[in-house]
Amino acid sequence: MTPEEIVATIEGELLFDSGRLLELEYAFSSDLMSDVLAYAHSGMLMITGLTHRQAIRTAEMADIPAILFVRGKYPSEQILALAREVGITLMTSPFTMFETAGRLYQAGLKGIGKLPLVQHG
Amino acid sequence: MKKPFALFAADKAPSLSKVHELIRELKVSQVMTKTLYTLPPDATMQEVKDLMRQHRISGVPVVDAQGLCGIVSLEDLIHALEQQALSAPIRQFMTPMPLVVARAQEPLLEAFKRLEQHNVGRMPVLDGHGALVGIVTHTDIIASLLKSLQDVYTEDERLCDCNPQYFFDALRSDATNLLLRYHVEAGDFAHGGEASARIKRALLRIGASPRLARRVAIAAYEAEINLIIHTNRGGSVLVDVTPQEIRVVVQDSGPGIPDVEEARRPGFSTASPRAREMGFGAGMGLTNIERCSDRLDIWSALGVGTRLEIVFKLPA
Repeated sequence: MTPEEIVATIEGELLFDSGRLLELEYAFSSDLMSDVLAYAHSGMLMITGLTHRQAIRTAEMADIPAILFVRGKYPSEQILALAREVGITLMTSPFTMFETAGRLYQAGLKGIGKLPLVQHG
Repeated sequence: MKKPFALFAADKAPSLSKVHELIRELKVSQVMTKTLYTLPPDATMQEVKDLMRQHRISGVPVVDAQGLCGIVSLEDLIHALEQQALSAPIRQFMTPMPLVVARAQEPLLEAFKRLEQHNVGRMPVLDGHGALVGIVTHTDIIASLLKSLQDVYTEDERLCDCNPQYFFDALRSDATNLLLRYHVEAGDFAHGGEASARIKRALLRIGASPRLARRVAIAAYEAEINLIIHTNRGGSVLVDVTPQEIRVVVQDSGPGIPDVEEARRPGFSTASPRAREMGFGAGMGLTNIERCSDRLDIWSALGVGTRLEIVFKLPA
């Protein structure tokens, strides 16, 4: 899906378009950046409720070309500036993470599939 | 035998097949000019001249009630000028049907071959129903091919402008290392990730594959965040690049980890609520570093400090 198709599906807004031609096929939702770094593949869409710099940096490290913020969150001007600097497309959704992901999944975006069960803590 | 840095840079240039693929994927519809200026066959050559001058175009499709019926080019206009026949109707000078045309959905390369084969400067573009939807010229095609080539390079290798091979080849030694040093402040979430971003860019610049640069960047980033979250006075990140491996050494001066084995367990965390707000501190940092590196060694002593050594082997 293109960023335009994504924002249309979730009634959201395109906040910054990096200008790269994006055809996103997979997405990963998390508010835990370490999990994004651990599991997301390069080229995916990242869906998160975090709007601070570490979200942008995480995407930058993991070669994630686009971030979709959820729960109607709108990043600050500094965050937009960082996204412009590193070239990451930003979008926002008025829905919760669950509903945002649900709508996009229904529209054809795919996830990474099953992960092995690992005991934590 | 000493391994040259050139090998490290072997996967640097975008492969020909990728360029090929990109060019093969391009459709006429992506390249054509969609803004059309057309004239009916009974308009005069004077009107052709005016339209060409006004819009700086070199060809005008001629359209009657049935649709496309010809094309009139700059060369045709010159003929009309030579014969001082600007008041003559277009149909006297235009190239009539059947014209060499392109289809909106056909691959650009096929259309280009036809353009060359018939030695024409432009082709009207028709959609699936035969309706005129655009015009495609030599210039459009060349500009779009150059643009896609540029996209291939900028996407993969924004940093192709310098050739690391020459740089390292010029440095004669028995063993060459490239050392990059960074300092990370404790508690400095505002700059968290800057060192890792610079490391990633530096590695791409010296010719690392995007995949390798990503692995190193993720490990360095988790380590950098640990320095911000856990240390008393911050610490240093040192990246040591040789033709055989990349070694990232992260050192701090305390407080030290009481039980390293426990700290390495997935989900074990002592992070502050502040760190958790940032999306870290869930006990995945060391696990992530281990996962994307080839080796992770941790030395730590309470009251002394911690030293992480993260090794990435380079492809032989």
